[in-house]
Amino acid sequence: MIGTRESLRSGRARARINRAPSPLLAIGLPWASIMLASMVTFSPIIASAPVLPPLSFMVLLAWRMLRPTLLPIWAGLPLGAWDDLYSGQPFGSGIVLWSAAMLAMEAIDGRFLWRGFVQDWLAGSALLAGYLLLAAGFAGIAAGYPLPMTVGPQLLLAVVLFPPVTRIVAMLDRVRLLPLKRI
Amino acid sequence: MARSQDRRPGFSRRAQVGIFTGYVIAVLGVVLGAGLLVVSLFNPGAFAFARAGAAEVARPVGQAGAETRVASQGLFAGIAAYLNAGRQNAELSREVAAARANAVTMRAIEGENRRLKALLGIAEAPPRPVAAARLIGSTSASARRFAVISVGSNQGVRAGQPVRSGSGLIGRVVETGPDTARVLLVTDPDNVVPVRRANDGLPAFIQGGSNGRIEIRLINMGVNPLHKGDVFVTSGSGGIYPPGIPVAVATEPHRDGATGHLASDPSDADYVLVLPVYQANAVAALQASEKAAPPPPTDDGAP
Repeated sequence: MIGTRESLRSGRARARINRAPSPLLAIGLPWASIMLASMVTFSPIIASAPVLPPLSFMVLLAWRMLRPTLLPIWAGLPLGAWDDLYSGQPFGSGIVLWSAAMLAMEAIDGRFLWRGFVQDWLAGSALLAGYLLLAAGFAGIAAGYPLPMTVGPQLLLAVVLFPPVTRIVAMLDRVRLLPLKRI
Repeated sequence: MARSQDRRPGFSRRAQVGIFTGYVIAVLGVVLGAGLLVVSLFNPGAFAFARAGAAEVARPVGQAGAETRVASQGLFAGIAAYLNAGRQNAELSREVAAARANAVTMRAIEGENRRLKALLGIAEAPPRPVAAARLIGSTSASARRFAVISVGSNQGVRAGQPVRSGSGLIGRVVETGPDTARVLLVTDPDNVVPVRRANDGLPAFIQGGSNGRIEIRLINMGVNPLHKGDVFVTSGSGGIYPPGIPVAVATEPHRDGATGHLASDPSDADYVLVLPVYQANAVAALQASEKAAPPPPTDDGAP
């Protein structure tokens, strides 16, 4: 028979030892966070210029850099399609760019043996620049008017905001692994 | 940090095949995306149904967001009004006195106008708006400028109808869902609005620049008669936009036109009105003739 004091003392330890992360959260949170970031265009800001950085793409890159094997390499296909529904880009632009970005990340991972903050930031900046310029190019073809000149401020903001987004994703990763399920 | 090694399959045949399949699907994704992109470039409305469905899903969130936006703007405006109440009071009293005098003149002119119109036998009832709506979202990360409003085909909204706020033109409806509709904003380069200068009727057209600014282009080339501060209103030609809605104010005249800013910033509008197409018959006839005949050769060689 265990006394009250003992059970209190062991309560915190006990809350950890026979618990595991809930599979729903552990697998679903990255997908859910990227899809929610896509819906940020439904924000209270009604912009007459492209002002927000491509948050959903940044969250995707941050998850891919933090946990390289968590998202399957084909994740760009469904997530890009979802983003196309909200982003205002011609449908298909997200699918092709996100899939290509996942393959590019795979190549970067294979190329460099060691990773660090600066290298991740550089890789993220390069991918963001490519993504924004190509997306503006596709949008320009759809509108029949050259557009890539308008993405400068947006690109700058995206590059500056990329490290904070990776920090937020790291916080989400801790939520993802909270031991909620009793074994 | 060393890179993770856990993509190495080892000797497991199943893991090797799984990784290979992943690559195949990823490459297929690129190819499929490129195909879909080409389809939607040639036929922009091809995936309208999917976008409309997605907008319906996000509608409650957008509605709540729109209400918060309006409420917070009201709050800040209220605080700002307290800070300069005295000065504003004096200014407003002066303005009211001037406006009262103007109103009397206007009433006289209005009466005269009515008499003259009656003489000419023109009966021009202002069009009844189709619906009033909130702006519940916009494509704030894309170079295309779309907004989503909280009414759709259930409320009688159809593609092509112009959308305005209290202070000016917002855009026109391009796609409709059951309870949402997608609006092409004036700042999108695809949106060309025929306008005239408010004070003398000088014809021009306005094209969005996608960076929040708009281009005012003159129809008659020659000496540029535009000045900073010129106000442009819709002219009604083209048959979509009813005449007399403020669209833009010129800020920087240049060689063959001017750069301007919008008369009505969509982020300030709490409610917008969807108006019926100004001359639906004319627009329908124009579209029918365009469908029957190939498009005329474009003339880009303007001086």
